[in-house]
Amino acid sequence: MALYKQHSGNKLVKYVRNTAIAAALLVFAVATLFPIYFMIMSSFGDPVEAGAVSYSLWPKKISFDSYRFFFDYSPHSFKWLLNSLIVAASVMVTNVVFASLAGYAFSKIRFKGRNVLFSVLLCAMMIPYQVTQVPLYILVVNIFQIENTYSALILPGLVTVYNIFLAKQFMGSIPTEIIESAKVEGCNQLQIFTMVILPLSKTVLAVMAILTFMDNWNTFFWPFLVTNTMEMQTIQVGLKNFRFANTTYFAPMMAGATISALPMFVLFFSLQKYFLEGVTVGAVKG
Amino acid sequence: MARLSKGIKKRKIHEDGAWAYAFIAVALVVYAMFTAYPVVSAFLISFEEYKPLGSTFVGFENYANTFGDALFWKAIRNTIVYTALTVPVALVISFAVAILILPFKKWLQTAFKAVYYLPAVASGVALSVVWLWIFDPLPSGILNRMIGLFGIENQNWLGSSATSMFSLVLMSWLSSHGTSIIIYLAALLGIDNSYYEAAELDGASFLQKLWHIVIPFLKPTTLFLLVTGVIGSFQVFQNAYLMTGGGPDNATTMVGLLIFNNAFKYFEFGEAAAQSLILALIIAVISYFQFKFLGNDVEY
Repeated sequence: MALYKQHSGNKLVKYVRNTAIAAALLVFAVATLFPIYFMIMSSFGDPVEAGAVSYSLWPKKISFDSYRFFFDYSPHSFKWLLNSLIVAASVMVTNVVFASLAGYAFSKIRFKGRNVLFSVLLCAMMIPYQVTQVPLYILVVNIFQIENTYSALILPGLVTVYNIFLAKQFMGSIPTEIIESAKVEGCNQLQIFTMVILPLSKTVLAVMAILTFMDNWNTFFWPFLVTNTMEMQTIQVGLKNFRFANTTYFAPMMAGATISALPMFVLFFSLQKYFLEGVTVGAVKG
Repeated sequence: MARLSKGIKKRKIHEDGAWAYAFIAVALVVYAMFTAYPVVSAFLISFEEYKPLGSTFVGFENYANTFGDALFWKAIRNTIVYTALTVPVALVISFAVAILILPFKKWLQTAFKAVYYLPAVASGVALSVVWLWIFDPLPSGILNRMIGLFGIENQNWLGSSATSMFSLVLMSWLSSHGTSIIIYLAALLGIDNSYYEAAELDGASFLQKLWHIVIPFLKPTTLFLLVTGVIGSFQVFQNAYLMTGGGPDNATTMVGLLIFNNAFKYFEFGEAAAQSLILALIIAVISYFQFKFLGNDVEY
C-alpha cells in the first residue's frame, strides 16, 4: 500500500521490477560519477604532453609522476593546500561560534528589534553576490588594504546569514521549558547557551561545520580576486593557474584536480551522514 | 509580592536583552561591514565613474550604457537560454531519480543518495579541468569517441559557437543532482500512505497516483527547487569563466561573467555595479512571479 504496487502475490514480478529500476539508477549514477572516475584514473598517467598520449578509459599503469609534476610546478604548491586548510578551518570555527550564538539569540531570547534585525539579515540571502563583489573588493583592497593576506580571505566569510538561519531553525525547536528551568536554577544566558543549548545542537553544529568547511575549501572566486602572489593562493586558485600555464599536460592537470578534491572525498566518506542530513536540515519544511 | 516578582522578571528580560545583543554583535558587525555597506555602496557606485581617488557622479550614464549595449542583451539572452535548458531538466531528473529510489530499502536509498551526492563535494575548478578534457575537440577526445559510436562526426565542443552553450548545458545535466534528489525523497517519504490506499481502493494506476497524489503533494518542494534553481542559474559565472571564458564570439557570455569582466578585466566598476543591480532586480521580479503564479497555495 504505497506508491508502488507490492506484488505480494507474485514475488518474481517485484524482483524483476526492482532490478530494472536499480539498473536504470546505476546507469545514471555511472554517467554522473564518470568525471570523477576519469579524473582519478587519468591522474596516474605519465606527465607527458597530450599530443603524445591517447587517453583511455582504463588505467594502463599506476605512476605518481604526474603528482610530482604538479607539485614541482610551483615552490608554493604545498602552501596552497595549507592556505586552503587555514582559511577553511578558520571560517568553519568562526561560523560555528558566531552563527550558533546569533541563532540562539534570535530563536530563544526576547529583545527589542529582534524581528526587524532578523528580517534585515534574511534580505542578504536574496541579494546576488554580483552586487556586493565590486564594493567588497574595493573595501578589502583599496580601503583596508589587506589584499593578499589571510584576513582578506577570512573576514568576509566570518559568519554567514545562511548559517545563522540554520542555527535559528534548529534551536527554535528546542523546548523553551528547558531554558526556563535552567533560568530558575540561576543560569545566565551564556551558561544556558554553553551548558544547555550547545549539547542539544550537536547535529546542526556538525552539519554547519562540515558544509562551511567544504564551501570554503572549494571556493574559487573570492581567493582568486584578493590574492596576487602564488604564496597566498588557495589550492583552487593554484589549480586554475596551473591549468592555464600547462594547457597540454593532461595527466598532471588531473593529478592537480584530484589533489584539490581528495580531502573533500575523504571528509565525505568519513562523515557521509552529516553531508546527507545537511541537505534537508536547511531546506524548507515542504 | 506580585509587583516585586514582576519587577524581577522585567529586570531579567532586560538582562537577557543585553546578552542577546552581545550574542548577535559579531554577526551584525560582519553583516553591516561585508553585506549592508557593499549593497549601499553598489548603489552609489552605479551612478559614478569610479576612480580610486575621487569618483565623479555621472547620473544614469552607466545604466544607459548598459541598456544600449548589445552585449548586455546577448548576455541576458544567453542566461535565459542556459536557465531554460538546465533548471527544468534538473527538476525532472531529480524528481525521476527520487521516485525510482523510493521502492528500495532504507540502506539502499542511503547508498544511492550518497552516490548521487558525491560529485558535489569536488570543487568547481577540479570538475572544470576534467570536463575540459572530456570536451577535447580532437577525435581521440572522450565525448567525440562516444558520439562516434553513433556515427556522429567530430565536434569542436567548446570552441564552436554552435556547440559551446550546449556543452555547458550538458555539463550541468551530468553534474550532481544529489541535493535536489535528497530534498525530493524527503518530501516523498512525508506523503501519508492513506492517500495511496484510498486511491488504490478506487483502482488508481501507478501513473494516476503519481499525477493526482505525488505531484500535487510535492508542489511546494518543486517550487522551492525551481526558485532556488533559477536564482542560482541567473548568477552562473564559474563554469562559463573556466570552460569557455564566454567565447567563442560571446556565445556563452552570461550576465554573471559580463559583470565580472566589466569589473575586473576592464575595471569599469560603475557599469559593473549598475549591471549587478539590474541582475538583482531581474531575479527579484522572476522569483516574485514564480511565487505568484505557482505558489498561491504554498506556505512556508
